[in-house]
Amino acid sequence: MPFINFSKDEIQCKIVYYGAGFCGKTTNLQYIFAQMGEDTKGKMVSIDTRGDRTLFFDFLSLNLGKIRGFDVRVQLYTVPGQVHYDATRKLVLKGVDGVVFVADSLKVQRKKNIESLINLAKNLAEKGISIRTVPLVIQYNKRDLDGTDSEILPVEILDKDLNSMLKVPSFSASALKGAGVFETLREISKLVVKDVSRKIMLVDQQLK
Amino acid sequence: MNIIITKEDLKKINFFLDKVVSTSLAHSVLLIDRSGQLIAQYGNTPDIDILSLSALTAANFGATAEIAKILGEEEFTLLFHKGKTENVYFTAIGEHVIMVTLFDDKTSLGLIRLRINQIADELSRTLVSIFEERKEISLLGPQRIS
Repeated sequence: MPFINFSKDEIQCKIVYYGAGFCGKTTNLQYIFAQMGEDTKGKMVSIDTRGDRTLFFDFLSLNLGKIRGFDVRVQLYTVPGQVHYDATRKLVLKGVDGVVFVADSLKVQRKKNIESLINLAKNLAEKGISIRTVPLVIQYNKRDLDGTDSEILPVEILDKDLNSMLKVPSFSASALKGAGVFETLREISKLVVKDVSRKIMLVDQQLK
Repeated sequence: MNIIITKEDLKKINFFLDKVVSTSLAHSVLLIDRSGQLIAQYGNTPDIDILSLSALTAANFGATAEIAKILGEEEFTLLFHKGKTENVYFTAIGEHVIMVTLFDDKTSLGLIRLRINQIADELSRTLVSIFEERKEISLLGPQRIS
């Protein structure tokens, strides 16, 4: 649900990072926060437990510059990944304009990735949004573990598990080291902004 | 639902926010939607991170609504947080919007509530008419464009 403010020539969009517990959603936001300039970012707010698990959400506001004369501000949220926090995930998804699904490349997390994607589809559907039409990007995180003792799944398998039906843009990434983090953010921002600019054109026509 | 606010809409909204601020001695009033987007602000909010405040307020309200459901209530329509000098009063305005009033010890919760109650219904009707006007666009919903 973009908020288009014709009074301030500003657009606010909401992008939610979704995925199973410990897949790296918060790490994505932390990397973005660390890399962005002071003039383009707000404060990062985290509501977490002492064990570094997200309890409610993380929040980061970014200014993406101008489109059609409008300042575009995106608000990045993460959800708690743990299964029993479904109620808070639903709250955070309220008014979402785009989703980044963060998949954990670890082999042991294979089932949890699939469960989380199904959970995303279900929670979006409850809000009348189809996972097939919402701007969506999939990120295969923790690719830096390739070649270490931790067994990870090849990208082809992850693609088959999670993206064979959706066929959305996907990126290999290491949120910890930063690889792929901004590529993911750029792509989802592009999709959301395209979606929103289509709406602005419609509103413009309607207001004329 | 998309929220689209024109200059004209904002003028109408600010009329009500001005009324609250000027008659209750509150610092400032914010209107935010339930997903955490800031719709309008009025009054003095020096050095406050408004965007984070909006996101947290929506989450706070959402979480409290779930508590209400557990207790068999539909929703708690107001929330109040009291600090040593600063206080925050949250109230639901219609279905989609939350009003956040920031005030200190120069005024009282009673006066704040009274002033908000005096404008709440009319503001709610104004917001509904703004949202209704843009309904055709809301119905389009999000679509993926590649």
